[in-house]
Amino acid sequence: MTKGLKIIFAAASFALAGSAFAETLAPDDVEIVDMEVTASLTGKPGDATIGRETFADRKKGNCLACHVNADLSDQLFHGEVGPPLDGVGDRWTAQELRAIVIDSKEVFGEQTIMPGFYTMNVGINVAEKHKGQTILSAQDVEDVVAYLTTLSE
Amino acid sequence: MAKIYKTGVLLAGLLTAGMSSAALAGGPVDEKLVIDDELEIITRTAAPEGHPLDEVISGWHYRTEETRALEADSFQNPGMLYVERGEEIWNTVEGDAGKSCASCHGDGEEFLKGIGANYPKWNADANKPFNLELQVDQCREENMQAKPYKFDAADQKALVTYIKHQSIGMPVEIDLSQGEMQEWWKKGEETYYTRTGQLNLACATCHEDYNGNYIRADHLSQGNVNGFPTYRLKQSAMVSLHNRFRGCIRDTRAEFPAAFSDELMALEVYVTWRGTGLSVETPAVRQ
Repeated sequence: MTKGLKIIFAAASFALAGSAFAETLAPDDVEIVDMEVTASLTGKPGDATIGRETFADRKKGNCLACHVNADLSDQLFHGEVGPPLDGVGDRWTAQELRAIVIDSKEVFGEQTIMPGFYTMNVGINVAEKHKGQTILSAQDVEDVVAYLTTLSE
Repeated sequence: MAKIYKTGVLLAGLLTAGMSSAALAGGPVDEKLVIDDELEIITRTAAPEGHPLDEVISGWHYRTEETRALEADSFQNPGMLYVERGEEIWNTVEGDAGKSCASCHGDGEEFLKGIGANYPKWNADANKPFNLELQVDQCREENMQAKPYKFDAADQKALVTYIKHQSIGMPVEIDLSQGEMQEWWKKGEETYYTRTGQLNLACATCHEDYNGNYIRADHLSQGNVNGFPTYRLKQSAMVSLHNRFRGCIRDTRAEFPAAFSDELMALEVYVTWRGTGLSVETPAVRQ
């Protein structure tokens, strides 16, 4: 396939995906099978540039609270309770990363410290203002996953 | 797990330009706390029987050199101002009965020695464990005919700091054989391991599984309470134990229980037991 054809093909499949999964998947409808969530939660691809911001935003992903990420070395104080994310895009597929971000307990087991960012499987007594809400929106998850896949060593 | 990651993180840190080295120090420091070059504080000791960890370690070991130095010098320790204020309150008449604490108990430094190290304590009349705040309030209402303190009133914090400070250096030991203390301990243990909030974290998740590691700029300790009330630089104020409990629970994005509620009293019993053998450090200095 030539490069031009590939792009046309990719554009066509995005358009297809867009029409087939126009509705965003609700947290309870997400299925994690074999440590993967195969399709985009929104039917749309994520935006890695926005994902980088969501990743760092303390009110959104706040991922640096627990993970070192050299790509964001301009920000101080990277946490260390989770593994460093340098090269995480080499170690996991987008489908696996999506599953981990959505509900890491389904991948790593109940004991993991990592919160589930798009799940209703949370702790007791959730604060009123967070009740029934996920930490990230479906599109936030897609953006973060798109960003994570760019972290290559 | 945490230990394995740490080495990796350290290497990553050395290789990463612009990273703060402070965030990569890891683990409790190997130092001794001696206050004013004369009072040795037990900051590490073998854990009591049934404790999930082998060694209990004071939060002092997890703080920066500057913060540790503040606690080692009582002239520099900002918490000592609260001790002084607490002594004034001890000797001040309040309430319709025309009494001060000292009217019944006499000299605070004599009477209070060791008392703070043994709280919370079973209170048969109330049929629940009492911490120092509840004990003070009972005394105020019944003996002084004064109003109980509002939670975290400046005078409540100062008086409790003064009372606890009279046990500085003495090992924490609570009596679980009295009344229903065992049941309360058990209830507190349950709370300690229950995950709360949208972030789905239990006390144990951070303070048992990941102490010695950083969450962002915060160096996680074992969460021992031997230094409470404690002077927190972040708030530039004395912080009570129940204030900290509530702050921690709030940070998991959960609703937090009322101060001195049964749930938090049970947690105080359990968490105090977890620090058995550590010296009282009040007023400790923390981040």
